Amino acid sequence: MERPAFEPRIIGFFCNWCSYRAADLAGTSRIKYAPNVHNIRVMCTGRVDPTFVLEAFARGADGVLIAGCHPGECHYMEQNYKALRRVTPLGRTLRRLGIEEERLRLIWASAAEGPQLAAAIDAMVEAVRPLGPLAWSENWKRSPAAEEAVASAAREHAEAMEVSP
Amino acid sequence: MPKVSIDPITRLEGHGKIEIFLTEEGEVENAYFQVPELRGFERFCVGRPAEEMPNLTARICGVCPEAHHMAATKSLDDLFGVEPPQTAKKLRELLYSIFFATDHTTHFYALAGPDFVMGPDAPPAERNILGVVKKVGMEVAGKVLKMRWDGHYLIQMMAGRAVHPNWGLPGGVSRGITEEQRAEIEARGLEAVAFARFSLELFDKIVLGNPTYLELIQNPAYLHRTYNMGTVDGRNRVNFYDGWVRVTGPDGKEHARYVSRDYRDYVAEHVEPWSYLKFPFLKRVGWKGFVDGPDSGVYKATPLSRLNAADGMATPLAQKEYERFYETLGGKPVDPTLATHWARLVELLYAAERWVELARDPEITGETFRLLPEKTPTEGVGCVEAPRGTLTHHYWTDERGILTRVNLIVGTTNNTAPISMSIASAARGVIRKGRAVTEPLLNMVEMAFRAYDPCLACATHSLPGRMPLEVVLRGPDRKVLAVHRRNLE
Amino acid sequence: MLGIDDKILEVDKAFEIVFWPCVMDGKVRDVERLPDRSIDLCLFNGSIRTSEQEYMAHLLRAKSKVLVAFGSCAHEGCIPGLANLHTREEIFHTCYLDSPSTENPGGVVPRTETEVPEGTLRLPLFYDTVQTLDQTVEVDYYLPGCPPEADRIWEALVAVLENELPPKGSVIGPTTTVCDECKRTRSEKRIQGFKRTWEVIPDEETCLLEQGLVCCGIATRAGCGALCPQVNSPCIGCYGPNAGVKDFGARMMSALASVIDATDPDEIEAILARGVPDPVGTFYRFSLPHSLLRRARGSSGGNGRKEVRHA
Repeated sequence: MERPAFEPRIIGFFCNWCSYRAADLAGTSRIKYAPNVHNIRVMCTGRVDPTFVLEAFARGADGVLIAGCHPGECHYMEQNYKALRRVTPLGRTLRRLGIEEERLRLIWASAAEGPQLAAAIDAMVEAVRPLGPLAWSENWKRSPAAEEAVASAAREHAEAMEVSP
Repeated sequence: MPKVSIDPITRLEGHGKIEIFLTEEGEVENAYFQVPELRGFERFCVGRPAEEMPNLTARICGVCPEAHHMAATKSLDDLFGVEPPQTAKKLRELLYSIFFATDHTTHFYALAGPDFVMGPDAPPAERNILGVVKKVGMEVAGKVLKMRWDGHYLIQMMAGRAVHPNWGLPGGVSRGITEEQRAEIEARGLEAVAFARFSLELFDKIVLGNPTYLELIQNPAYLHRTYNMGTVDGRNRVNFYDGWVRVTGPDGKEHARYVSRDYRDYVAEHVEPWSYLKFPFLKRVGWKGFVDGPDSGVYKATPLSRLNAADGMATPLAQKEYERFYETLGGKPVDPTLATHWARLVELLYAAERWVELARDPEITGETFRLLPEKTPTEGVGCVEAPRGTLTHHYWTDERGILTRVNLIVGTTNNTAPISMSIASAARGVIRKGRAVTEPLLNMVEMAFRAYDPCLACATHSLPGRMPLEVVLRGPDRKVLAVHRRNLE
Repeated sequence: MLGIDDKILEVDKAFEIVFWPCVMDGKVRDVERLPDRSIDLCLFNGSIRTSEQEYMAHLLRAKSKVLVAFGSCAHEGCIPGLANLHTREEIFHTCYLDSPSTENPGGVVPRTETEVPEGTLRLPLFYDTVQTLDQTVEVDYYLPGCPPEADRIWEALVAVLENELPPKGSVIGPTTTVCDECKRTRSEKRIQGFKRTWEVIPDEETCLLEQGLVCCGIATRAGCGALCPQVNSPCIGCYGPNAGVKDFGARMMSALASVIDATDPDEIEAILARGVPDPVGTFYRFSLPHSLLRRARGSSGGNGRKEVRHA
């Protein structure tokens, strides 16, 4: 029997004024695109704290997509540049920790760019799929040997008797 | 085979463990000193910018972070090919002398002191700094606390923080001192010299004046004839900060004298599966196991070794004490492990005198405390004497100065083999057939260990860290008979 | 001795010290024999990365009324937490097999059990991952810093004595950043490039971050008195994050991002590549184990081996 293809779970942070509307537009235009993105609406990509991204990965996301207004078109003037400046050190850090480049993307999409956004989402899903699940918390999973070792520390102490004073 | 375990545990971050195996008759068959701690600095420092090392490696030890800070800083000089200006070198050695004086004070009074002042047989509840205070009086306690306070205060003034300074850079230090600061350093230095002399007098009175202790010091159970390592200046006098590493043999003759860069021609490390810490030895003699003598590569790097490996001290009062030391103990080299405590006090005096000398040096308040590197970094070695032994840092980097490889041979690590041997021989000396194993006896085993002022696995000490020691005694059926836990203190 | 030397005798009067390896002779066995929750206050320093350390954490939690994670190691993992970039196998390989000064033709590495002629010698298990105290047991309070400064320690002891403690789970300390304690003058921050500490001799008056040095003071909790900037050294973040911050590194990344004066992606990348060549070491120098991701990818099931998962 064929193993079911891995379906990446991607958390999306879409800004209210541009990319979220683009996603809406794609939907109402009946453009089909991969359903793998769990969409979270923020007022601006400038609101996206690196903590959100880290938490998403720590809790099991296979990818994170941040989508905002094109540079120069931010509803709040320059906050998408803030997102850009944050994502750069964040991306570099993630790579050093072993999270592949493809898993974090920052893209720009205006409210009218429904088809473009859909295509970008599809592209990201297909880029993450071959990488497999990230399953980040597996990295700190406890080994059975650890349980045994802690128990044996207790045992070794219990076996000991006192030396006379 | 019955086993006595001094098994510590516990302390949270690490400890040393001693396992003493007894024959059926109750004699000591063998003893093993295990270090159940490892952090992996040599691995996780790779990938870091080299200039982080004075701060990163300081965290190897909460008791002697200045030693790592200094070795790392010197390694950076070598790595970047930049020669620090005289003011910087002198400032570094000044700080280092203050650190040494403070550290040796702490060890003598808080660690070793209790055994001598209270007596090795005193109940454990009294064998600590508080017991010492009660016995010798608040005035002495006040002097000790003042010495430590002064040391920490001055280190913080010069280098940012008393524990984990943030000061050393390739080509110098991050900041110099003002004339006002210099005057304060000098004044406290003079007090430190007085304190060092007082400590030597106290040692004379309490230890040398007491035949029981003298006998203890000369007890063959606490004796090993090994090679001795220390750093010396151009005239073969003890220097903590810089110079040549010199090794003398059990016969007192010079075996090697090298610049820090050549350390790998002389020293290598041996691995045993029952300890996380490695065992350095002299390459040209070879690893022959846990034995002493001229044919074994085992060497000691302690205050005692430094005195043995040198021809004298570079300051007048310390030199007089050096001469008195050898006269009293019968010439060079001096091998009894417990004589290390006396040697430590001689070094304390030298550190204090050197502190005053440097504080009075006209260049110490110079404006040029750092030169910027110009060369591309490649590889660098930096050595200093840690209070516990010769410390070596060796870095390799890429052209951006990002570390690609790190090698560290840490002060106490030098002594892991002799510590093992000292414990075994102390155990043989005190644990005998027909004699019940008592807590004071186990304490006497630990005294052998304590003389090295070990600073093992100080993973996280934010306190002047000490390791707890556990001794586990196992009977013939391998059942543990006793656990005696002792915190180095 | 905690740096509170002169007050140590007062502490001795107020508390009975049952277990202080540093200074007193106390046995673990004595602790084991104590009734549960009979120790009023336990200051626990050190992180947990061996089975022995974990055992002690559980023991002391059981015996203590109030358990304080003392210092950066217990709080966040501290610098040895950078070992979370590797697995046990990798660390052993470097220390015992690949070390430039080690002679080990037999490829010996430490084992949890070794048979010697006289019997068996044991070592605790060395974990792949450094854990903080609160990842091991429940922690009541945190005293941050590497090391915690003497005044903060004293304040905490007094708080315990007078039973004036903040809500459980709090960090005992100020809720501002190091910038608040730093005496340097600050104006606007527009950095076009970060410098390595050895590239420049900073002036003594101006904010170090404004001079292009990567100073973590902007993201670090106050409490130390901004000691490092007083000797011209940028803050390295040893007190951990300020109140309300989950991940120190995330905060530091944002902080640096907010001062970079560039909008072009390539330019931003170049500034960071040159000025912060080691992002993990800079952002998580003290806090990697406590961070949201805790460690680099590499170990599944704590078995020491790096594993690559396929789809």
